[in-house]
Amino acid sequence: MPTGTDIEKIILHVAEIMINELKLEDVTPETFDPEIDLVDEVGIDSMDLATVALVLRDQYGIRIDEDDYPKLTNIRLISEYIEKKLNEKSEAAAC
Amino acid sequence: MKTVSSLLDKKWYERYKKISNLNIRSSIYDVTNRCNLRCKGCFFFSSNEEKAAPEEMDIRKWEAFIDREKKRGVNLAILIGGEPTLCLDRVEAFYKHLPTFCATNGLIKISRDRFPDLMLGISLWGNEADEKLLRGKDTFSISSRNYEGDPNVYYLYTLTPMQIGKIDQIIGRIRDVDLKVHLQLLSNDEGIDGFNWKPEVLNDLRFEMDDVLDKFPDTVISSKYYHEIITTGKMLGRVFGWNECPSVTQPLDNRSPRPKRLIEFIRWASDLKTMHRCCTSETRDCFTCKDGAAHMSWVMVNKRAHIRTTKDLQNWIEIYEMFAKLYQFIPW
Repeated sequence: MPTGTDIEKIILHVAEIMINELKLEDVTPETFDPEIDLVDEVGIDSMDLATVALVLRDQYGIRIDEDDYPKLTNIRLISEYIEKKLNEKSEAAAC
Repeated sequence: MKTVSSLLDKKWYERYKKISNLNIRSSIYDVTNRCNLRCKGCFFFSSNEEKAAPEEMDIRKWEAFIDREKKRGVNLAILIGGEPTLCLDRVEAFYKHLPTFCATNGLIKISRDRFPDLMLGISLWGNEADEKLLRGKDTFSISSRNYEGDPNVYYLYTLTPMQIGKIDQIIGRIRDVDLKVHLQLLSNDEGIDGFNWKPEVLNDLRFEMDDVLDKFPDTVISSKYYHEIITTGKMLGRVFGWNECPSVTQPLDNRSPRPKRLIEFIRWASDLKTMHRCCTSETRDCFTCKDGAAHMSWVMVNKRAHIRTTKDLQNWIEIYEMFAKLYQFIPW
């Protein structure tokens, strides 16, 4: 997992998790377009997202609400969601 | 990486976009335990499902239940039985609150004033002789009179090994009464002699199904990929069975690893409390199950697996379109 919350690092890490967990072929974290629509274009469904969410929870210590799945349609949006949750977590810890 | 738009031309991509966001969430409801026929091979009675739970008789409890189902996210209620038209108040309660499909034997004519666009699927088990043998009467003569030309009705024609060579003739009769037809296969839950499928018969059947689709494209709602899947029980090299079926009631689904499945799917008994294991008979051997909707759903929930070649993805689109037409999500 990336040490910082730099968004580009998170994007690469999320792409890596997706490729490994969903066994996506012919793509690397570097070539995975973070803007591509995961549902419409790659065929990822809510079961796939739940699988990925479990790994993200373990690796980042954040929970992705199932109600938020419909909003998380590409890797950039997922990464921004993670970044926001991580920031909220560190702000809460600082209080 | 293969993506949808990299595999489809403009025409196919437009077809894909019409179905890609439908997000169909179906569940199945036994409306009643009673029927006005007793067909040999009916999965409901052959596995004593009519005794699984006593019917809820209070219509207010049905209405409250339907409200809960709607809140659970169901957007397609599939009504089966028994014969649902024996309890039209319950059918009406679903129809008023949810997109609803009703399976029926077509012997009771529903009023189109009361149910203007309710989609009905009328069961049909063959020609006059086959129907008399399996169902005790020729239902087609009655159901076709009741519903001739109705745009919201189609026949659910159950093919048996005895139908080989005769399908064309029956489809012609359905076309002549200006109705549509969807093909499905008998699973022979009662083990009636001569009605078990053999691989060579299924192979012949597949091509006969293809032939009638070519010959009656405006009457037969089907696809050649569906014919392949339902007759071979195989999809992309995988074999249909308990480990693959998408139509298992979700709260009872303890399979591990869990396969791709229908989200939140439940088949409810008519007491509105009891859940059946799956969309069909609990006593059925899943490896011999020929349930058409389960096989269509098997393809539909495996979209990503079909984003492999142009032909695979087109096959997936055709099956999804077929399902969406049969349950009124898109027009014929």
